Amino acid sequence: MTDRPALSVRNLSVSYDTPEGRLRALRGVSFDVQKGEIAGLVGESGCGKSTLMQTILGLLGGAAAIESGEIWLGDTDLLTLNRRQMRRLLGDRLSAVFQDPMKSLNPVLTIGRQMTDIQFRRKASRADKRARAIEMLDKVQIPDPAKRLDQYPHEFSGGMRQRVAIAMALMAEPDLLIADEPTTALDATLEIRTIELLRELQEEIGCAVLFITHHLGVVAELCDRINIMYAGELVEHGGTRAIFDAPQHPYTELLFACDPAQIKERSRALPTIPGTVPGLIDVPPGCVFAPRCPKRFAPCDSLHPRPVASGGSDLVLCHLRDPKVPA
Amino acid sequence: MTLPAEPDVTPPRPLKKPRAKGSFARLVSDPLGALGLILIAITVLGACFAFLSPWEPNALNPLDRFQGPSAAHWLGTDNLGRDLLTRVLYGAQIALTLSIGATAVALVIGVAAGLIAGYGPRWLDNLLLLIFDALKSVPTVMLALVLVTITGPSVWAVLLVVVIINAPAYGRMARTQTLAVRNAEFIDAERALGASGAWIAIRHVLPNILGPILIVAAMDIPVVVGIEAGMSFLGLGVRPPTPSWGSILFDGFSYIRESPWPVIAGGLPIIITTLGFTFLGEALRDTFDPKIAGRK
Amino acid sequence: MWLYFLKRLGLAVIVVLIVIAVLFVMTYAIPGDPARVALGPRASEELVAEFRERIGLDRPILVQMGNFYLSLFQGDLGRDAISGEPVLRILLSQFPDTLYLVLGAVIVAVVPGILLGIMAARHRGSLLDRVTSVISVSVMSVPAFVIAIYLLLVFSIQLGWFPAIGAGEGFWDKLHRLVLPSLALGLAWIGYVARILRASILEEMNESHVRTARAFGLPENRIMYDYVLRIAILPTITVLGIGIGHMLSGAVFAEIVFARPGIGKLVFDAIISRNYPLVTGAVLLTTVFFVFVNLLADLLIAWLDPRVRHDLAG
Repeated sequence: MTDRPALSVRNLSVSYDTPEGRLRALRGVSFDVQKGEIAGLVGESGCGKSTLMQTILGLLGGAAAIESGEIWLGDTDLLTLNRRQMRRLLGDRLSAVFQDPMKSLNPVLTIGRQMTDIQFRRKASRADKRARAIEMLDKVQIPDPAKRLDQYPHEFSGGMRQRVAIAMALMAEPDLLIADEPTTALDATLEIRTIELLRELQEEIGCAVLFITHHLGVVAELCDRINIMYAGELVEHGGTRAIFDAPQHPYTELLFACDPAQIKERSRALPTIPGTVPGLIDVPPGCVFAPRCPKRFAPCDSLHPRPVASGGSDLVLCHLRDPKVPA
Repeated sequence: MTLPAEPDVTPPRPLKKPRAKGSFARLVSDPLGALGLILIAITVLGACFAFLSPWEPNALNPLDRFQGPSAAHWLGTDNLGRDLLTRVLYGAQIALTLSIGATAVALVIGVAAGLIAGYGPRWLDNLLLLIFDALKSVPTVMLALVLVTITGPSVWAVLLVVVIINAPAYGRMARTQTLAVRNAEFIDAERALGASGAWIAIRHVLPNILGPILIVAAMDIPVVVGIEAGMSFLGLGVRPPTPSWGSILFDGFSYIRESPWPVIAGGLPIIITTLGFTFLGEALRDTFDPKIAGRK
Repeated sequence: MWLYFLKRLGLAVIVVLIVIAVLFVMTYAIPGDPARVALGPRASEELVAEFRERIGLDRPILVQMGNFYLSLFQGDLGRDAISGEPVLRILLSQFPDTLYLVLGAVIVAVVPGILLGIMAARHRGSLLDRVTSVISVSVMSVPAFVIAIYLLLVFSIQLGWFPAIGAGEGFWDKLHRLVLPSLALGLAWIGYVARILRASILEEMNESHVRTARAFGLPENRIMYDYVLRIAILPTITVLGIGIGHMLSGAVFAEIVFARPGIGKLVFDAIISRNYPLVTGAVLLTTVFFVFVNLLADLLIAWLDPRVRHDLAG
């Protein structure tokens, strides 16, 4: 059990029941997050990041169906657990920080109340739980934590609120923390501070982190490995350095080209990838990226690419990199 | 950097597919709407064909008092031997004309006040808002009671009460919309072309608010039917011997130990009509304007 | 919090002042001797003379209005036009029975209303949800006095389960006689409360803080009662505040139908006998009560929702 990854997603497919038909939001997604590692998950909005997160946390809505796959947290397959067993894990071995710090805390309960509530599993006195909450607030550098505990979320700034959310998520020292664009709503300075804080705490606690974002700069800064998603599929993954040096998938290349850090001159119009993500109700038989791909060739429209290792990447989903496909 | 934003595929709860059907057909396909229309049709037809009854609504027949339903008197007779069904049908004429008429008057006055509040000077706007709020703070029946002490009981008293109770809500809706339209750019353009403020208000605001306000008014009709019946019950509305559902109910109530039929006959049409208009209003709202859901 | 309280209180006072002004203007707007109009045709000469003196009918209208306000603030609502007793004393002697009735109606509305609302929200789309929705729409629209008479007919006259007349003596008797009138007033509001609550629970359930709570594995019951209901109940409180005004209106009918003493019955009798000072006084009392209840509802909301305190105090 010791060398198992903290999180291992195997061949996960999820679909939504919509009036127009079955929307296949995730198709055959597989990846690992190793213990003590920070893994990035990058993609445009609508690529299935949120669905993936909700699936891992067991928070999918009623219209969603898990068609196949396994999600291993250490030695537990989360998809075989019932609601009760899943709830026992959440906030204990597995926890999460969400995108919008304005809305992700309950507005009518004090921070202290919310931070003690989530320790409901511990058989400790109220004072003990409070002390633990103060300790965590201190760790995320909230000044005067004992006093702050009795305040409501609206009395905190956006950055502080997100740090409170991080403190809550790490309180039980989980095996895995899923962070869903936790810094997107913050301005640049705060973003850097929050990320540094997250990294420090992660090292101290030693948990694994799955960091979901569409901000490539953050990934380069923070993550050991990165996973690129496109339209419900994992199109490339590998070490951060390797992928940044030599992206193997045309989509990854275009993503990097769109990153303003790579643009020399300030221009008003940011470069974008032409075209839109295909509808996921009738998924085309070939490569999903083909319609937007500048490098498409003969097999792309009809044949779905198979995962291959290429360059520094452990997995690429592209005919160009597949030695068995003739160029 | 943020990537080009695409609509999130995480689909929300399944939405109803918009159906390409006529609005009336849509209304009728809603069982509640259909039921509402049937109930209203019963009342309207009853009112229209009241004259077919072999009895006079006010013909006294003391020998036949407190009869139960029979072939001659379908709903029985009251304490003066009058045929209850006939009285109820004539009562429907009064209830329907009065409630629809009063709602229409309230609508016109409310919308006019709203337009004035929205287009007029700031102080007038504030004053009208304050009046709307103050009127809302007096319990309905108390308001009616005071008004009637001044005007005396009559049909007009009912009309006045309905206007005072309902017009502020329409006024608020009209005001909000007027303010929105007032700030719109195309209005500036028109004003530049020399159109007057009042004309602009009427041309642009009315079409925008008419739909929602009519739905709200339809949902208010059962309330108005209730006000008319209630005031007549208290002897503050329609004067006897004119048959009104409220006065039929009050007469029946006075003799409730003698016979249950006058009370049953007086209450039933009130229930049928209020249910009919409420169901119709709900269906109208669900079909045309989900935004104002939740309003009573 | 205090600033907020003062602001709301100020607004409430302004509304009451306007209502008083309207009452004043109304009695003076009608042609005829104002004293006669204000007191009614059956008032004694002695009372008319006293009224003239109190208001100062020969003085300018604004002074008269000022006097009118002044005497009201001293608790002087005038005298009963027939018995000559102070109006305030008569009103206060009848007010408790109306209060019990409204309280009973609120309990009838709130307890089942909240339970139904929670159940309907939890089992959205279920049979229970749909039945609740149709029934609430139906009962909501039928006027309270029709319900009152039918209840009287079925449960008092036909079945004889409940006495038909009076407020009763002693706690259990009073309670027994309160059942039908409270039902008549509250019934319509069960569905309304359930509907509002259901809608706001469902709305709140979609908020991301609920997702956060779930992501920490908090038990579903605690999320519902501590995290969701605490917020979802707020619109219901506002609606109930307004609802109490409607119930006061309905109380007039319920008191007549069930022959109960109370403000409603008092006013009705006063109108029949054209005892206007009593009518004016009763309207004022119920209006003040209604405004006060709404103020209380707003304060309750501010107490429950720190965001309201925060936004409105500034």
